[in-house]
Amino acid sequence: MSVTVRIPTILRTYTGGQAEVTAEGANLGEVIADLEQNHTGIAARVLDDQGKLRRFVNVYVNDDDVRFEQGLETATPDGAGVSIIPAVAGG
Amino acid sequence: MAAQTVAPTTDSTTVDLGPAAALSCRECGHRVPLGPVFACEECFGPLEIAYDFSDYDTEELRKQIEAGPANIWRYAPLLPVPADVATKPNINPGWTKLVKADNLARELGVTGGLYVKDDSGNPTHSFKDRVVAQAVEAARAFGYTTLSCSSTGNLAGAVGAAAARAGFRSCVFIPHDLEQGKVVMAAIYGGELVGIEGNYDDVNRFCSELIGDPAGEGWGFVNVNLRPYYAEGSKTLAYEICEQLGWQLPDQLVIPIASGSQLTKVDKGLQELIKLGLVEDKPYKIFGAQAEGCSPVSVAFKGGHDVVRPQKPNTIAKSLAIGNPADGPYVLDVARRTGGAVEDVTDEQVVDAIKLLARTEGIFAETAGGVTVGVTKKLIENGLIDPAKSLVVLNTGDGLKTLDAVAETGLTATIRPTLESFREAGLAQ
Repeated sequence: MSVTVRIPTILRTYTGGQAEVTAEGANLGEVIADLEQNHTGIAARVLDDQGKLRRFVNVYVNDDDVRFEQGLETATPDGAGVSIIPAVAGG
Repeated sequence: MAAQTVAPTTDSTTVDLGPAAALSCRECGHRVPLGPVFACEECFGPLEIAYDFSDYDTEELRKQIEAGPANIWRYAPLLPVPADVATKPNINPGWTKLVKADNLARELGVTGGLYVKDDSGNPTHSFKDRVVAQAVEAARAFGYTTLSCSSTGNLAGAVGAAAARAGFRSCVFIPHDLEQGKVVMAAIYGGELVGIEGNYDDVNRFCSELIGDPAGEGWGFVNVNLRPYYAEGSKTLAYEICEQLGWQLPDQLVIPIASGSQLTKVDKGLQELIKLGLVEDKPYKIFGAQAEGCSPVSVAFKGGHDVVRPQKPNTIAKSLAIGNPADGPYVLDVARRTGGAVEDVTDEQVVDAIKLLARTEGIFAETAGGVTVGVTKKLIENGLIDPAKSLVVLNTGDGLKTLDAVAETGLTATIRPTLESFREAGLAQ
């Protein structure tokens, strides 16, 4: 499964400045593992020491916040868009 | 170096933001120079301002504050702004009334002193003017010319007004289905106002993506890339409350929770006053207030969790309708550390509380104020708030912004223009 991953500014040092990269994987966990293969260091920024999503990272698969879905088990169908976004809020 | 958005003239080594010394990650403590950066490059944690207050003499500082202008700039020595901030064009919010609410106190059985900090008195009628005024100064320091934000309504108006006064272009983003009053109050200032088909969390996500895109280059998003500066504005609520109480800490405070930033910054402000010796070091309790239809922090508090599980908001308190509150975990920390709590009330209780505050104190609060008053009542009934100790309740916005919530309120009677009709209606006392 090939997906497009939008990279936030804060992580572009790992992607050579690219705002979008492609990755492979049937679910989010596999996509992040594939990102790590090609952009070493990125997984440790997104995942904590227990391998869970850091609490200040929001990840969307297409329009769905993965915290409302299956987290790292969320399916990433072929052609899906994955967005990694630092959590900020304030009305 | 820290990842940062593009700002036209950014040079963090020469930026004059007063006592602000650096940005520090709340999660891991990693420090970076002052700049338009909001997330830690190490762990994604939120960055906040670290200060150098080491030169301050307590009594000199107190005198300087008391001699300052009747707005938030009297606290300039404690904020990320240049010393001459009061001379620059800005909306100059703050120094709003701290109302001693004796009638409400009687109704709720509070004997230790009940006060309403009424932030509806700000230039655009909500506390958002405090945070936006800070962001304007950061935008100026970093050379931005466009101000933007994602908003549940109040912030949009505050940004529009501040941009108009301070000479910035503004382009702000709101959920498309906001209350009409808030749409008008945001649009009237002449900036661009864009409705997004989605809820606030969708708008916020959009802005976070825009900021990393060339289309958003050169834009100062007050609550995204300027967030560390913006958020500090809420500290001024703490400073004002204590100064207005005669440089005393209140025993208890009830604060509404949207992102949770305001509550955590009020706590930060109180801690700073203690460390600077401006108030006596004594315990205080902070209570958080949410609407049941958007209560992720309340649910986490009551469940004993450290993690806040996002919700899809469904409440009339739209200014608090942030289902994924970024500062939620820190709110939990503050409530637990101080011995406070986080509670929620139904929309019906929100409306009842708006009417209660209006009926007893002549203060017309927006729905967020109804949430704080409603939660205050509930916490007193639950025994978590001590009615014999002093209590400050925040009203963060004007009821004129959320008229729909109390739309069923109306005429007592309709009569003919005759004395007979008046008497028949039973209106003579």
